Amino acid sequence: MVNMVTPFSALPEPLFPLVPGPDDARTAQAWSLLDGVADPEIPVVSVRELGIIRAVRVDGARVEVDVTPTYSGCPATEVIAADIRSALAAGGFADATVRMVLSPPWTTDAITEAGRAKLKAYGIAPPGPLSAAAPRPVRFAQRQVACPQCGSMDTERLAEFGSTACKALFRCRACREPFDYFKPL
Amino acid sequence: MHGSTQHIEYLLRLADNPLVLGQRLAEWCGHGPALEEDLALTNIALDLIGQARLVLSHAGRLEGRGRDEDAFAFRRDAGEFRNCTMLELPNAGANAGGAADADYAVTIVRNFLFSSFQALQWEALAASADGELAAIAVKSLKETRYHVHHAAEWTIRLGDGTDLSHARVERALAGLWPYAAEFFAADAVDRALADARIGVEPASLEAPWRAGVAEVLHEATLEVPVASKFRSTGKFGVHGEHLGYVLAEMQFLQRAYPGGQW
Repeated sequence: MVNMVTPFSALPEPLFPLVPGPDDARTAQAWSLLDGVADPEIPVVSVRELGIIRAVRVDGARVEVDVTPTYSGCPATEVIAADIRSALAAGGFADATVRMVLSPPWTTDAITEAGRAKLKAYGIAPPGPLSAAAPRPVRFAQRQVACPQCGSMDTERLAEFGSTACKALFRCRACREPFDYFKPL
Repeated sequence: MHGSTQHIEYLLRLADNPLVLGQRLAEWCGHGPALEEDLALTNIALDLIGQARLVLSHAGRLEGRGRDEDAFAFRRDAGEFRNCTMLELPNAGANAGGAADADYAVTIVRNFLFSSFQALQWEALAASADGELAAIAVKSLKETRYHVHHAAEWTIRLGDGTDLSHARVERALAGLWPYAAEFFAADAVDRALADARIGVEPASLEAPWRAGVAEVLHEATLEVPVASKFRSTGKFGVHGEHLGYVLAEMQFLQRAYPGGQW
């Protein structure tokens, strides 16, 4: 799990009681507006569920959102930034800035449990845990992935890269359905 | 923070490799040998161009002369590019005929030789004293490992495949191998940046690269080619005749409509 900046409400109890400032409610509001911003390529998951929102800072009328890209060349990155700005604008934040942060890099381990459940229901097998060892090329050896349709483990990989860089193409030998697998990154 | 001329030069060497190979791989779009491989190559191209954009943007900020990623990619001429020569070769290989002869074995072997090198380079640069470069390296390494995986598996499948696939991948390897020596060539820029702990000494990557490559070639029933005295010099700005054609296509819109935007 990457070090994500958690919303104010999710922080542990501080040692000294904090007096909620006027910006805290606005920060919580900005976070909840981000719940409504869908990933442009997998619209069933929100950018928060995807784990790409790193921080939200509210300063008066201004809001700054830190976003980390999934893949370096992901063409959705610019669309996501524009979608975030327009969602925040619609929620009353006229002055919204989206900042791209690279470090620490995004990992599929940052996808939330709710996000994983939604991917599966959408027909995309959610990513397995990131193994510490780098993949070794041995005769198309592949990890075991459960079919998101029927749950069978009798599946095979058809291609390392699927409809987008983040997915591989699989086929279920039990129900014969092809499906996307969100690759661990 | 402003970077030295050598620092910028070093970053261009890092960025131009994925930029030029990304452009070559993009030529496969719609022409792949199978739909799955067509998608794989264009996805890899997208990763590579994304990596190049990050490094070029960083170089532009350090340079502080107002050049952005597009200025570097679209408004430099061939002599200002710093990619290794192997990456600008046509998809048909150095000595083949026209572009119509694009050879999948050449693409796979080139991706394998280069991504194996690039993965080691990113791994070393993850500890760079240039914090932004280190962040780019850590990010890119995750992607590059999938590129190595893809190319290595196909090298094995083709090498240990039919007589025809073996012969073609063997020929591709023989043609590309002499160009790999350039990955490990160094000049004063490489040494200065390695001393400053910003860069990595290219020669230090050669032994692990050879070991990793030899392991896969063995699995693919291919011999490691013998060393040759040929040395390409693209990373020092002296290119072969092919780069100009790559740039003619890649830069056409910005040359014809300077500053044009989507």
